[in-house]
Amino acid sequence: MGQESPLLSIQHISKEFYGNVVLHDVCFDLKAGEILGLVGENGAGKTTLMRILFGMPVIADTGGYKGAICIGGEEVHFSNPFDALDAGIGMVHQEFSLIPGFTTTENIVLNRESMKASLLNEVFGDRMSILDRADMRKRAESAIDKLGIKLDPDMLISEMPVGHKQFTEIAREINREKTRILVLDEPTAVLTESEAEVLLKALRHLAELGIAIIFISHRLHEVIEVADRIVVLRDGIAVKDTPAKDVSVRDIASWMVGRTVAAERANDISGKQFGDEILKVEHLWVDMPGETVRDVNFSIRKGEIFGIGGLAGQGKLGIPNGIMGLFPGGGSVQLHGKTVALNEPRLALEMGMSFVSEDRRGVGLLLDESLEWNIAFTAMQIQGRFLRPVLGGLFKLRDEEGMRVITDEYVKALDIKCTSPKQKAKELSGGNQQKVCLAKAFAVRPDLLFVSEPTRGIDVGAKRLVLDTLNRYNKDYGTTIVMVSSELEELRSICDRVAIVDEGRIAGILPPHAELAEFGLLMAGERSAAAKEAVDA
Amino acid sequence: MHKFKQLVTDFGWPRIIIFFFLLLLFVAAPFVRVRIDASLSDMFNRFGQNAVFVLAMVPMIQSGCGLNFGLSLGIIAGLLGATLSVQFGLVGFLGFFGAIVLAMPFAILLGWLYGKLLNKVKGEEMTIAMYVGFAGVMMMCIMWLILPYTSPNMIWGYAGKGLRTTITVEGYWLKILNDFLTIKIGPFFAFPTGELLFVAVCAFAMWLFMRTKTGTAITAVGSNPDYARASGISSDKMRTISVIISTMLGAIGIIVYEQSFGFIQLYTAPLAMPFAAVAAILIGGASVNKASMVNVVVGAFLFQGLLTMTPSVINSALQTDMSEVVRIVVSQGIIIYALTRKTKVAK
Repeated sequence: MGQESPLLSIQHISKEFYGNVVLHDVCFDLKAGEILGLVGENGAGKTTLMRILFGMPVIADTGGYKGAICIGGEEVHFSNPFDALDAGIGMVHQEFSLIPGFTTTENIVLNRESMKASLLNEVFGDRMSILDRADMRKRAESAIDKLGIKLDPDMLISEMPVGHKQFTEIAREINREKTRILVLDEPTAVLTESEAEVLLKALRHLAELGIAIIFISHRLHEVIEVADRIVVLRDGIAVKDTPAKDVSVRDIASWMVGRTVAAERANDISGKQFGDEILKVEHLWVDMPGETVRDVNFSIRKGEIFGIGGLAGQGKLGIPNGIMGLFPGGGSVQLHGKTVALNEPRLALEMGMSFVSEDRRGVGLLLDESLEWNIAFTAMQIQGRFLRPVLGGLFKLRDEEGMRVITDEYVKALDIKCTSPKQKAKELSGGNQQKVCLAKAFAVRPDLLFVSEPTRGIDVGAKRLVLDTLNRYNKDYGTTIVMVSSELEELRSICDRVAIVDEGRIAGILPPHAELAEFGLLMAGERSAAAKEAVDA
Repeated sequence: MHKFKQLVTDFGWPRIIIFFFLLLLFVAAPFVRVRIDASLSDMFNRFGQNAVFVLAMVPMIQSGCGLNFGLSLGIIAGLLGATLSVQFGLVGFLGFFGAIVLAMPFAILLGWLYGKLLNKVKGEEMTIAMYVGFAGVMMMCIMWLILPYTSPNMIWGYAGKGLRTTITVEGYWLKILNDFLTIKIGPFFAFPTGELLFVAVCAFAMWLFMRTKTGTAITAVGSNPDYARASGISSDKMRTISVIISTMLGAIGIIVYEQSFGFIQLYTAPLAMPFAAVAAILIGGASVNKASMVNVVVGAFLFQGLLTMTPSVINSALQTDMSEVVRIVVSQGIIIYALTRKTKVAK
C-alpha cells in the first residue's frame, strides 16, 4: 500500500455562503487505508466540507469554493456527484437512500446490474437485456464479504433492522469497483451500540483492504477507537489535526467547543435571587420527529434563565414543543404546582406559558398578515384582550386601535425595523421577524417563556439585541425563561444554569462558568463525575 | 404617476381589462339594438340575485378551505327551506324569511358534516368539495320525488306526489325583495332596492363577523394553521365553522335568487350554480386563500355584468341564439384563468 503519497489531499479549502464564512483555509491529507475521524459541533462546517468533496450542486450554486482537492496527486473539479463517484468517492449519508421493496442484492447493484444479452437485443438494443441474477448475487456477496459482516442478500430492505440498512448502504458504495475513498456521515447515529461495534469492525476491515475512510461522528469514543487520525473543525477552521493515539475524549471535546474568545457575561449571576419552584418536569417524553425526547427531568425556579443545549437531533427542541403541546408527549409537567395538560396548546398558554418557536416562518408568524395581527393574535385568542364590545356588549370586535398601540410599543422597545405596524410579516428581515415572535410571546405577559433557537439564522447585531431583550425582560419583569439553543456560547452568556440534552435525556446540568470541556463531554454523551455533581447541587 | 401605477396594481389588471370590456359592450349595445336601460336593470338585478352566493365563498377562502365548489349543499338546504315555506303556505315577507329560517337547520347540519369531511382531506378540499356537491344534488333528485310534500302547487299533477322540476313562487313571495322600495325609471329600468339592501346587510354582517375573535381566528387558520395551533386555536373547529357559515349563506343565497327569479328550480338545477359564484369571486381579485368584501362586490358586479351583456350583444350582433353557450364559455374561461393565477401563501 502506498502509504507515502496521500490519496486525497484537501488544500486550503474556503467557502462562504453569502458573506458568511463557513470554512476557512482547511487543509488535511488522507492516505490509502487510513481512517480519518472528522469531528466538530453542529455548524462547524463538516457537512459543507463533505458537500464540496462530493461535488454537490449547492456548492457551485452558491459561488463555488476556494482551494483545491487533489486525488492521487491530481487536482479534481467535481461539478456533480456523478463525477465524484467516477473518481472513486463513495458517500453514505445519514438518511438512508434505499428502495424498501427491493432486496439487499438489488439495492447494492442498483443501476449497475449485471446483464445478459437476450434475443430482443438484436431488435431493441441493450435496453432489452436480461438481469443476470446469479452474477448480481455474487457481486453483492463479495461486497458484503469485504465488509466482513453477515447480511442476507435476499432480504427485503423494508424488513431489515436499521443496522443492516446501514451496512447495505456501505456495501453499495464499496461494490463500485473504483471506490477508493469512503465518506460516512454519522453512520452510527441510528445504530445500537452492538451494531455500531460491528460497523466499526467492518470499517477497519475495509481500511486494511486499502480504502481510505472519512468517518464523521458525534460519538467521540467511537472516533478515537476507529480512527488513525483526527481532524477537529471548529467554526470552519481545522483547529487540530492529530494522530488518534494518546488522545482522550476530553481533549477532543475541549477542542471542539473551545473558543479563543472567552464568554463575556454582562451581568454576574452570583447576586441573583430566585423564587420558588415554578416548573417541574418529570419523565417527559415527546414524539417530535427528529428531536425525540425520551425521559427528561428538571425543575426551574422563578426568575431563572434556564438554558438547554445539546447537539442537533438529540431532543432539546422537543422539550419546549412537548410542554407547549405542539407535539404528542407524556409524563408530568407542573407549573406552580399545578399539572399542565400536555397535547393542548391552548391550556398551556392559558396557564401562563408562552413559546417562541424555532420554526419562525412555519409556526412563529402569520407571514401574510400585518405586524399588529402577529403580535396581538395570541393575546386576543387566549386572554380576550384587544377586543371591544359593540352595541352594549352584544358582540365584540377587534380593537384595531389597541392592537396598533401595543405594536407601536413593541416596535419601539425591541427596535423592530418596519415601515409601519401594518406591514406584512413576510417583508421583514429574519432578525426583525424574530423580534416580532418575541413581541408576540411578551404580549401575553407570560410567567414562563420558552424560547427555542432565538438567534438561528440572524446576524450578529440582531443576535445581541435578542439576547439583551431576553435578559431585560427577565430582570425587569421577573419572567422565567427557558432558552433552547444550539449555540453553547449563547447559553453560557445569559443563562443561570445550562442543561445539556443527549439522546433524549438530560446528560447533565452545569453552571454557565463550567469548563468548556465539561459541556463538550456531556454533548458527546460522556457523563463525567463533575457533571453529576453539578446535577445534584 | 407612481400613485396611479400603485392604484392599478392594487386593483389588478384583469379587473381593469374586464371593466373596459364591459364598458365597450355598453357602448356597442345601442348599435345592435340592445337597450342600455334594460341591460342596466338586468345587471343590477342579477347582481342582487347572485351576490349572496359570492359572499358565501368568503369564509371558506379565509379559513384555508379554498373555493367552495360544494356550495350546492347550501343550495339544497335553501331549496328545502323554500319548498317547506310554500308547503306551509307562508306568504309575503313571512314566507321569504320563513323559508330562510326553515332552511337554517338543514344548512347547519349539512355544513357540519361537510366541514368534518373537508377536515379529513386537507390540501384537496376543492376537488372533494366539487364531488360532494355533485353527489348531494343527485341524492336530492331521489329525495325530491319521495319526500311527502302535498301542496298542489308543487307536486306533479298526474302522479299526485313528488315535486315538480320548477315551482313558481308567484302568490307566495315572488319579487318580495325586488319590489321593496323599488325605483322605476321608464318602462325598462327598475332598481331592485330591497334586494340590494338585503345583500348589503349580509355583506356588512360578514364584514363584522370577520372582525370578531372567531373571524380573526378563522383568518389566522387560513393564513398559517401551525401558527394558529401554537396560539391555542383548533384549526379543525375554525374550518368547520367557516364551512357552516358558507353553507348557510348558500341557503340564503338561493332563496334570494328564487324570489327574484320567480321559480324554485329543483333536481339538477343546483349543479352548476357554485361555478358562477367561484368565477365571480376570482374575477373580483380574491385568491384561493384571501378574499375581502371588495372582491365580492367588484367580482359579482363584473361577472354578472359580463354574463348579462356578452350574450345579448353578441347574439344581436351575430343574429343567432347562442347566449347559453357564450355564458358557459365566459364563466368557465374565467374560472380557468383565475385558478391558474392562484397564489399560494408564502412559507
